[in-house]
Amino acid sequence: MPSGLSRRLFRFKGGVEPDTHKAESSLTPIGKAPLPSRLILPLHQSVGACATPCVRVGETLLKGQRIGNADGWISAAVHAPTSGKVVAIEDRPSAHASGLPTLSVVIEPDGLETWVERAPLDVTARSPDEVRKALRDAGIVGLGGAVFPTHAKLTAAKSTAIDEVVINGAECEPFMSCDDLLMRERAEDVVRGASIFRDLLEPKRVLIGIEDNKPEAARAMRRAVEALGFDFEVVVVPTRYPTGAAKQLIRVLTGKEIPSTRRSPEMGVQCFNVGTAYSAWRFVALGEPLISRVVTLTGNVESAGNWETLIGTPFEEFVALGRPKPDTERFLMGGPMMGFEIPDLSAPVVKACNCVIAASSSLFPPPPPEMPCIRCGACAEACPHELLPFELYRFSRAQKFDKAVELSIDECIECGCCAYVCPSRIPLVQYFRFAKSEIDARRKEKAKADATRARIEQRKAREERLKAEKAERLAAAAVKTSGAGGGDGADAAKKALIEAAVERARLQREAHPPKNPETPASVEAAEKTPDPAVNPGDATR
Amino acid sequence: MDFISPPYLSRNASVRSVMARVLFALLPGVAVYACLIGPVILLQIAIASATALAAEAAMLKLRGKPLRPFVTDGSALVTAWLIALTFPPIAPWWLTAFGALVAIVIAKHLYGGLGQNPFNPAMVAFAACIVSFPALMSQWPSLTLETRFIDQILAVLGVSKELDALTSATPLDVLKTALRLAPGTPIAETLSDTKIHGFIGSRTWECVAAAYLLGGLWLLRCKVIRWHAPTGFLAGVVALSAVCWLFDPGRFAPPLFHVFSGGVVLGAFFIVTDPVSGCASAKGRLIFGFAAGILAYTIRVFGGYPDGVAFSVLILNLCAPLVDLMTRPPVFGMKKK
Ligand code: SF4
Ligand code: SF4
Repeated sequence: MPSGLSRRLFRFKGGVEPDTHKAESSLTPIGKAPLPSRLILPLHQSVGACATPCVRVGETLLKGQRIGNADGWISAAVHAPTSGKVVAIEDRPSAHASGLPTLSVVIEPDGLETWVERAPLDVTARSPDEVRKALRDAGIVGLGGAVFPTHAKLTAAKSTAIDEVVINGAECEPFMSCDDLLMRERAEDVVRGASIFRDLLEPKRVLIGIEDNKPEAARAMRRAVEALGFDFEVVVVPTRYPTGAAKQLIRVLTGKEIPSTRRSPEMGVQCFNVGTAYSAWRFVALGEPLISRVVTLTGNVESAGNWETLIGTPFEEFVALGRPKPDTERFLMGGPMMGFEIPDLSAPVVKACNCVIAASSSLFPPPPPEMPCIRCGACAEACPHELLPFELYRFSRAQKFDKAVELSIDECIECGCCAYVCPSRIPLVQYFRFAKSEIDARRKEKAKADATRARIEQRKAREERLKAEKAERLAAAAVKTSGAGGGDGADAAKKALIEAAVERARLQREAHPPKNPETPASVEAAEKTPDPAVNPGDATR
Repeated sequence: MDFISPPYLSRNASVRSVMARVLFALLPGVAVYACLIGPVILLQIAIASATALAAEAAMLKLRGKPLRPFVTDGSALVTAWLIALTFPPIAPWWLTAFGALVAIVIAKHLYGGLGQNPFNPAMVAFAACIVSFPALMSQWPSLTLETRFIDQILAVLGVSKELDALTSATPLDVLKTALRLAPGTPIAETLSDTKIHGFIGSRTWECVAAAYLLGGLWLLRCKVIRWHAPTGFLAGVVALSAVCWLFDPGRFAPPLFHVFSGGVVLGAFFIVTDPVSGCASAKGRLIFGFAAGILAYTIRVFGGYPDGVAFSVLILNLCAPLVDLMTRPPVFGMKKK
């Protein structure tokens, strides 16, 4: 049923319908951003562990050469987006709300664009694990903004078969159109990319969700699916922010609601962004690692549009492509709902960067002063996770964090719907972020304390074990000496004594089995707590 | 160029626009009131508004809060209008002013100001005044006599000599007296008295109520209020009055009469819908409204006061946090199948 016309859709509660402002940037085809004068590549560009640098300052690089190795399973490699020379490996300002510097490889392009040797990946000849590892080493991460390493999402849960693979082309954030343009212009490659995910996860269905404000993209994708002869369903969903958030899109397409305590494969579904599918295909078909992405440049600019941009392009060079108007006050990375102000334009475009918006106070008027909450309940009605934002706000403000946790603040995806509707103009999301970071810090502290306690217990157990073993040894030695020479009666008494000691030692050993408090953090834990340092923009997709 | 927290977009709602719409929705009711009962209500609204705003400003100053955003947020005006509309129109000026003072100073600011008050300020004012000045709070203008505007004004200014000539028992009073003093008299007989009965509710007041209803429906339409609390409240009044009426039509007035008498419609759309002192969840609001409706009818018919809306709302205000606690909706992904 490739048309998908008859699929029953579900609704999620809440959500808002801001002006989409998509037309501005979606009228022109994707352009190719020119080679910048310098490329800055943060090594930490995905959720999970920071990649470890594998090049030296002064080294000459080829385009596509790996410059950072994935460190562990929840991590992804980083590559040189062009050929040139490594001029520095040092801390540089990052594309993060905090602007905190992060370890980066700085490359001076030689302008030759000489590629490393590229080879397509024969997926059929490789084991699934080899394919996953190859994707990790190609630096493929979620391009919706959450930058979760894609290979780590390509394993089905042990207990449940995958029913649906959801390909996310909803793109619900206003102003953004990079996924729209990608689907319109490169639909077949997106669909082929989706087929890689299908082959690894073996779902019953592949559903491609696209909001109904992108009819052209939906048509292009349908044509592509038909042309390639796949049985994927292209499903047009109502435009409603945040439909493009993974959990909301999964809800709309499948009716499943995934709580934050579970991973989606456990419920038989997994979701990928269309850009991720595209870059996975580029890697499999051409051997190209992830070195560029489509970025929307819009807002208060003379010419809005989308650019195929090399990862590492400094924002100052990138934003110049759109010719920002003189009254531009700031630049946002991500959409206007979940994005943040780029604190330093010398920071580079990263894999998480889907959109840059030039902002002026006429485009985004500064909010009036915050008023007290009047408990109107508008925020609760708008919250797609059916939380009670006004209560969360009350408890966050009063620093009653355990109450906030009780009211499921962990479920909050920081989508901003609550703040969008609030008549008192309370920056609710800001309060929630503060509360969450405090809660997180406390949890970490507690985990540390627990680990310390466990360590101490372990040491105590070890000492006791040693003591017991010593007693055993002594006892054994006593047997030997007594065996060497002695009367029969004394011998029997000694033997009984020894047996008692051995038994005591055994009992003690059983009471204190060796413990290992430092179990490595599980894969799941890492997946459930996306690292904020690399997870700044539209983290929902 | 200060830091702005995301989202950068907003629906551009404000407390002021919410309050302004509530005031706007009250206009039809005020107009009908002024035409049919007497333009003196406009004077009362002015007295209440001026007092409330002055009290608001003074309290803000005392509490060291910024004046401008709060005085202009319109919340004090809504309280003032509700006081004027629930007090007798010929109440002396100082009583109205006293009510406004109680509402703003005690019920609002002593509890922490906008958004913090556990009780509906206008209802606190009504309760305080009816307890302290029961006689003055029961003087409703007679609708059968041709009262002149000037007489009403004199009454408000407190210089009228023959106040008694202006007033008469309200239809609800008549009903209650009939129920108490002459249990034998069939209610139909009392109600057939055209001095009391209009088309469906209390004579003349039913028109004012209909105008409130109009404003209330408009508020619903532009989503300033939600349907749960008003529906619950009306359902509560109708349910209990229907039970009583069906049980003994000789002694109890029909439900429709009750809905269109006294403060029920005003209460349903403008008082039980107060977000601050009410419940926040949809289910909570339904329960809040329904319980208030039941109580309002009980107090009105069996209690010692002419109408029960104020007391029922205050009692429910007290229960609102508990109701909210018990009606917490399940969050996304945590629903029981
Ligand atoms: S929308 Fe704002 S004012 Fe209304 S309940 Fe939520 S936080 Fe309070
Ligand atoms: S930001 Fe959090 S609380 Fe607010 S609407 Fe989104 S999920 Fe709900």
